[in-house]
Amino acid sequence: MLSKRVISCLDVRDGKLAKSVKFVNTRDIGDPVEKAREYYLDGLDELVFYDITASSDRRRIILDVVEAVAEQVFIPLSVGGGVRSVADATDLRLAGADKINVNSAAVRRPALIAECADAVGGQNIVLSMDIRHVGASRAFPSGHEVVIDGGRQPMGIDALAWVREGERLGAGELVVNSIDADGTRDGYALQLTRMISDATRLPVIASGGAGTPAHLYDVLTEGGADAALVASMVHYGDYTVSGLKRYLNERGVKIRMSW
Amino acid sequence: MIVIVDYDAGNVRSVQRACVEVGGDAVISSDPADVARAERVIFPGVGAAGAAMRNLRARGLDVALVAAVQAGKPVLGICMGMQIALDRSEENDQETLGLVAGRVRRFAFANPALKVPHMGWNAVSVRRPHPLLNGLEQGDEYYFVHAYYPVPEDPDVVCAVADYEGEFCCALARGSFFATQFHPEKSGRVGLGLLERFAAWDGRA
Repeated sequence: MLSKRVISCLDVRDGKLAKSVKFVNTRDIGDPVEKAREYYLDGLDELVFYDITASSDRRRIILDVVEAVAEQVFIPLSVGGGVRSVADATDLRLAGADKINVNSAAVRRPALIAECADAVGGQNIVLSMDIRHVGASRAFPSGHEVVIDGGRQPMGIDALAWVREGERLGAGELVVNSIDADGTRDGYALQLTRMISDATRLPVIASGGAGTPAHLYDVLTEGGADAALVASMVHYGDYTVSGLKRYLNERGVKIRMSW
Repeated sequence: MIVIVDYDAGNVRSVQRACVEVGGDAVISSDPADVARAERVIFPGVGAAGAAMRNLRARGLDVALVAAVQAGKPVLGICMGMQIALDRSEENDQETLGLVAGRVRRFAFANPALKVPHMGWNAVSVRRPHPLLNGLEQGDEYYFVHAYYPVPEDPDVVCAVADYEGEFCCALARGSFFATQFHPEKSGRVGLGLLERFAAWDGRA
C-alpha cells in the first residue's frame, strides 16, 4: 500500500524563503534551494514551493528557483502561487515542477482547473484550498467557506461544494489549508480534513497548524489525510523531517523509511 | 552517451537532471538517428497511450526503439515508456509497440478509499534478480503516478512487483529492455541508484 507522505512547504518571496503566520507578517528565513536540498537528504517525501512574490517580474524569479531546486532535489516537486493560466502551468512544468498548485485564480475562474488538467495531466494538478470555519448555515452547509488571496478575501462558496467542483473539473489532488489553524501550531483542523477526505476520492494533503509530531499522527489517522504538510516546525529547527517520520513509523503509520 | 527520447510526453528534463546527478552523459532528442547512434536509450513518458503512440509514429521513433532493443542496446522505459512496450493498452484502446507480450489495464476498485491514480511512495519487491535491481533492499520505496498497470503474458519477464490492493508488475525485463512503472528520477537515492546502474549496464541480464 501507499505510504503516507510528509511534505514541506517553502513560501518563497523574491526568491527567498518566508513563512507566514496566519497569512500576515511574513519574514525571511533563508535560501530556498539550500533548505530544499537539506530536507530532501533528510527523507522528505515531496516538496511544495509557494510563490508569494508581489512584484511584476515574479514569474522569472520563481522559475529560476524551481530550476535550481530541480537540479538538486530528486523527489516530486510541486509549485504554486499566482498560477492564472495554462501558460503559467506549462512554464513551471518546463522549469521542473512535477505538480502545479492552483488556488485563488481557480476560485475566480474554475475552468482554469480543467484547462491546466488538459495541458499537463489532471494527476499533476493540485487544487489548493484556503478554508475558514464560519458555522453551518443554509449558505454554508459544511460550516466552512472558501477564502482566497492568502486568506483575505471570502468568496461565499461552501468548502465541500468547491471540493466536488474541483474533482469534477479534473484536479488530481487537494490541499486543505485551514486559515483558522495556519501558523497557530495548535494542530491541524482535524474535523475539516476528515470531512473533506470522506467526501472525495482525491488524495488529501492537510495543511496549517502543525506544531508537534502528534499533530501529524492525528491528521494522518483520525483526520484521514494522505499527506501532512509541515512548515515552521521544520523551518525553525525545532523538528527534523527524519525525526517526524521516525515518530510516525514507530506509531504504526506506514511511512517511507529508507532514503 | 545516453539518449533520452523526447516525444512530447513529459518529464524528459527531470530524467536528464537525474542522469547528470549520477554522472551519466545524457542528451534529449526526438531524432530516430540519435536513437540509432546512442549507446543507451531512456524512454520516459507521462500522459496518455494514444497521444504517446501518435507522437512516436509521427517521428519514426517507434521503429527506432524496436530496432534498438533488437540490436541488444540497453533501453530503459519509465512509466508510459513501460506501458507502451506491451502489445496493447486499455487506455484509448491503443495498439502499442509489442516489445513485451501482454496488456495494460486500468486500476478498478470497488473500495472508494483506494484512489486512482495510484500516486505516491510504495515498496517494491524483487521477484527475479536483475543487474539493474542489484542493491535494492527490502522495503525500499519508489514514487509512482499512474492509473494503468502492465500485465505481461509471460510471468518470467516480471522483475519486481508492488502492492496496491493486490500485486502488480512494476519492473520488467526482456533482453536488453528494462522498464519500470515507478519514476526512478523522482525516487530519491534509491531511484538514482537504478539510473546509475543503467548508465553502466551492458544490456545483459
